[in-house]
Amino acid sequence: MIGFRTLLYKEVLRFWKVAFQTIAAPVLTAILYLLIFAHVMSNSNAAFDGISYEQFLIPGLAMMSMLQNAFANTSSSLIQSKITGNILFILLPPLTHWNFYGAYVIAAIARALAVGCGVFVVGLLMAHIPVHNLGWIIVFAILGSGMLGALGIIAGLWADKFDQLAAFQNFVIMPLTFLSGVFYSIHSLPTFWQTASHFNPFFYMIDGFRYGFFGKSDVSVWISFSVTGLAFLCLSLATLALLKSGYRLRQ
Amino acid sequence: MPAKTAISIKNVEKSFGSLRALDGVSLDVEEGEFFALLGPNGAGKTTLISTLAGLSRADAGQLFVMGHDVVSDYQPARLALGIVPQEIVFDPFFSVRETLRFQAGYFGIARGASLDAWIDELLANLSLSDKADKNMRQLSGGMKRRVLVAQALVHRPPVIVLDEPTAGVDVELRQTLWAFIRRLNEQGHTILLTTHYLEEAQQLCSRIAMMKAGRIVAMDSTANLLNAFSERVLKVMLHESLPESLAQRRTKQSGAWHQFAIHDYADVEQLLAQLREAGVAIERLEVSEPDLEEVFLKVMGK
Repeated sequence: MIGFRTLLYKEVLRFWKVAFQTIAAPVLTAILYLLIFAHVMSNSNAAFDGISYEQFLIPGLAMMSMLQNAFANTSSSLIQSKITGNILFILLPPLTHWNFYGAYVIAAIARALAVGCGVFVVGLLMAHIPVHNLGWIIVFAILGSGMLGALGIIAGLWADKFDQLAAFQNFVIMPLTFLSGVFYSIHSLPTFWQTASHFNPFFYMIDGFRYGFFGKSDVSVWISFSVTGLAFLCLSLATLALLKSGYRLRQ
Repeated sequence: MPAKTAISIKNVEKSFGSLRALDGVSLDVEEGEFFALLGPNGAGKTTLISTLAGLSRADAGQLFVMGHDVVSDYQPARLALGIVPQEIVFDPFFSVRETLRFQAGYFGIARGASLDAWIDELLANLSLSDKADKNMRQLSGGMKRRVLVAQALVHRPPVIVLDEPTAGVDVELRQTLWAFIRRLNEQGHTILLTTHYLEEAQQLCSRIAMMKAGRIVAMDSTANLLNAFSERVLKVMLHESLPESLAQRRTKQSGAWHQFAIHDYADVEQLLAQLREAGVAIERLEVSEPDLEEVFLKVMGK
């Protein structure tokens, strides 16, 4: 247990020591999105009925930032350790693949929650945001960032170079988050894109998370929970299997 | 598995593509030994150490540390092993003390006064006390290497593997480092060392294995290897030609220098007496002891 706790503490300290870059910067980015989109889209019908666009956007942006930062935390930690070679320090001790998985994913969730809270707090200054069900908010925040933390481990293991990781981030994570309904309710989309959105697991995370605030969602919150939970479970099992096999860590 | 074997390597094979990095390596290191693993670059030493540490997986064969299989029983095996890697690596986010506390934690050692005291002792022994709170980035290469030694020892492993630990460390600190490692060995730690400084291996190690192209080509006590492959030599520099009676005993000539193999110092007496009898004046004289470099070159040249 001490080994796991130490690795978790190290992973948290790693992002905390550069909090300006790992927490403050993504909060600022989210605020910029908020200012620009809220201004441009204020008269659109992209949100739910009875909810202003600003109100609608804030939880989506918070979740998007959480997902991106959870992914960035595990993937960048791993690729940096691999490239500098200090991954050795955690490969030599008797840490299990569970220790490894747990410490990295929980640290990713911690960073995601810090970023999410930052976006939310700033959002409160700009609009009233109701809380319909705190339980769902927490469940989707943890499952979503946990899932992206696990995906970040997979990407960090797979990538040998920073540009491979950047490609993963730009060509997989970014499109999936941007096309997930952060900026609009999918009911405002043409039928084809509505259907396509249902194949994007990120959509369910954001829709379920938003339900926690407004009690309204594009699909049933239980469907969102099932999809997010299943995706989290599958990615976690895949991550554990890769870590156990020593994929790209132990020759 | 005999209880007294610290490291046991049995028929280990490992290939990288078409390159056979380890080609059926077997060796045992007994508890408390100071053992050297020598060989040219690319002989497979580091691959063997990586396989022992679980950083690399053997294609065939088994490896044990203190009786624990490094794959099926990896946790006690890794707890018993401290590795000083060849490459200098560090985590730029942390200070020396943080680095050591983390490393101890990964091995299950809780923070506290007892750990801090041990870290202080390690740092003092490695002449790093004044660097404890410096960030790793601020340290020189030699200092970073000594931090790696401290990291390998922070969980007090009974078996310590040093993969070229003195590369880039200056002479004075190298002596300090060896005095410390020797003390650990006297306290019962088993030491496995690879180095390119053969005189270090000769001075420190009781047994030596030599590797070439993934195989062990010689393995014996240091004394036996020196006796088998090297000899004491008497060199004399003469102005006149060597008397006929001694020409047959000469093993080598280079200009005015004549070289003779000797077994003991009685041989020196006898040779000098014969030169005196022949009325040949000796300009200069040297006696050289057997040396590991010669053994190494002979074994590698075979």
